[in-house]
Amino acid sequence: MLNTEPNIADPDGFYAALIALHRDLPPERSALVNARLILLLANHVGDAEVLRQALEAAREE
Amino acid sequence: MEMRLDYVRSPDQDAAAPVRHPVIVVGAGPVGLALAIDLAQHGVPVVLLDEDDTLATGSRAICFAKRTLEIFDRLGCGGPMVERGVQWHVGRVFFGETLAYQFDLLPEAGHHRPAFINLQQYHVEAFLLERARALPSIDLRWRNRVADVRPAAEGVSLTIETPDGRYDLACDHLIAADGSRSTVRRLMGLETHGESFRDRFLIADVRMTAPFPSERWFWFDPPFHRGQSVLLHRQADDVWRIDFQLGWDADPVAERAPERVIPRVRALLGPEAAFELVWCSVYTFSCQRMERFRHGRVYFAGDAAHGVSPFGARGANGGVQDAENLAWKLALVVQGRAPDALLDSYGAEREAAADENILASTRSTDFITPKNAASRAFRDAALTLARTHPFARRLVNSGRLSVPAVLERSPLNTPDADDFAGGPAPGAVCADAPVRVDGRPGWLLQAVGDNFVVLGFGAEAAAPGAALAEAWPVRAVLVVPPGAAVPGRRDLRVLEDADGRAWARYDAKPGTLYLVRPDQHVAARWRHVDPAAVGAALARAAGRTSC
Repeated sequence: MLNTEPNIADPDGFYAALIALHRDLPPERSALVNARLILLLANHVGDAEVLRQALEAAREE
Repeated sequence: MEMRLDYVRSPDQDAAAPVRHPVIVVGAGPVGLALAIDLAQHGVPVVLLDEDDTLATGSRAICFAKRTLEIFDRLGCGGPMVERGVQWHVGRVFFGETLAYQFDLLPEAGHHRPAFINLQQYHVEAFLLERARALPSIDLRWRNRVADVRPAAEGVSLTIETPDGRYDLACDHLIAADGSRSTVRRLMGLETHGESFRDRFLIADVRMTAPFPSERWFWFDPPFHRGQSVLLHRQADDVWRIDFQLGWDADPVAERAPERVIPRVRALLGPEAAFELVWCSVYTFSCQRMERFRHGRVYFAGDAAHGVSPFGARGANGGVQDAENLAWKLALVVQGRAPDALLDSYGAEREAAADENILASTRSTDFITPKNAASRAFRDAALTLARTHPFARRLVNSGRLSVPAVLERSPLNTPDADDFAGGPAPGAVCADAPVRVDGRPGWLLQAVGDNFVVLGFGAEAAAPGAALAEAWPVRAVLVVPPGAAVPGRRDLRVLEDADGRAWARYDAKPGTLYLVRPDQHVAARWRHVDPAAVGAALARAAGRTSC
């Protein structure tokens, strides 16, 4: 089951790190970094059902 | 509203030699006035200088946080401000056409003061001024501009410019609460350092009777102001603050013109809305601070010491906490009851607090104004996910609203040796709770007051008051369950825990004891009474020992 309740201890600190990751990167490099990040996190999650739910939630309007 | 404050010639201007005062405060804004009142209440006479003869022009700071109101309560003017202000605790965040989510800043009952009131800065200053005028030990001098500052090891001398010409003054301690363009800072050749943001914002204050509730509404990319953000707040007197993000390329002079402002307001309110434009201003901001807030006998407080973005209401609220932090320390030192070293802790504590406010407001600004395509994508992702997924609401940042700093690294704290699962840790400000005093309803913070206090829970915690009072003016306050038997001692103030909230908020057990500073921050706490430990913590909190 995909957990969409708050689960990050310091959300502002995490968000700041995420933005810092992209500082000074050209757009195509940013897109690549994001894609790599998604693949790393997806592998960590592993569970096929959770990944399917996440893919679905990401596409929802 | 404009209030004239008359220049009156002071006898100091006719003195043969410069008159020396214990404390001079420069700047009669919210921070300088709060500091002067606090010092006067602690028994220290103050000369308060201001270059102007009016209160703030325009609404300026409008959001006053719960902690600030508790401080104003202690200063004797919180009540009328809360009555006059607009109370609020709910914020709504919109993205495009729809609501992304809403939040509640004070979801639980049992607090005397609301999460926030919105009240124009000139009203706040007027209430503070009324209180200051009632205190004979405050000597207010309008149209007294600092023309020169000469700091020295043994004191500070000043040259003051008035409508009658110049005169000299001297003091033991000088406090610069003279705003972001501090004259004292400039005259001393000191600087602030930090980050400036390449963005411009328009404030439009409009008077209208509108159907909006008393809430904070924040729009990202709304249909009436595409590509930018807008913030709406209700103030007193049916005045509404609308804050439009304009972008860096906006012309700050042209955007202030009513013919440019009115269509923007109309786009938000609709073509039928009737409103009157009261005040507008175009501003930019920086997040910055001085490296040190104490320079010998000169102390910087409020905007003179630090600047933040307006998102989070951390400017004036942070400044009033500076004032409260400095007042009691200065009073003890001036009265010879604490060593000069105590004043170093003002810098250590408030520089750390400024860093916290700067970090929070910088992060809000980075979220509101993305600096590149990737940060914009993350912002929009968080905003769209927030509609259905609770985790994303924690990532959306339209301002992290002012909460009192936890002075966790303060040299005045005695770290916990006993186990606590909750309650205010050393450095944190005391929590309020409903209590009964002599059978009548009251509030815990009002009973704590502005001295060093040992705050005990249960009759088991009644011991140390009298023993300590001989060595140090500490008051003992005891919180007991309703109807509990207590020792009938005159030196003990007994509060009944009206509905169990006080014990819960302090993670109290019978015998739990908190040592509280005059600014209502916790210095130390224990599970059992140990007079020697309390005495040591008290000496440390008063700067009399260092560990």
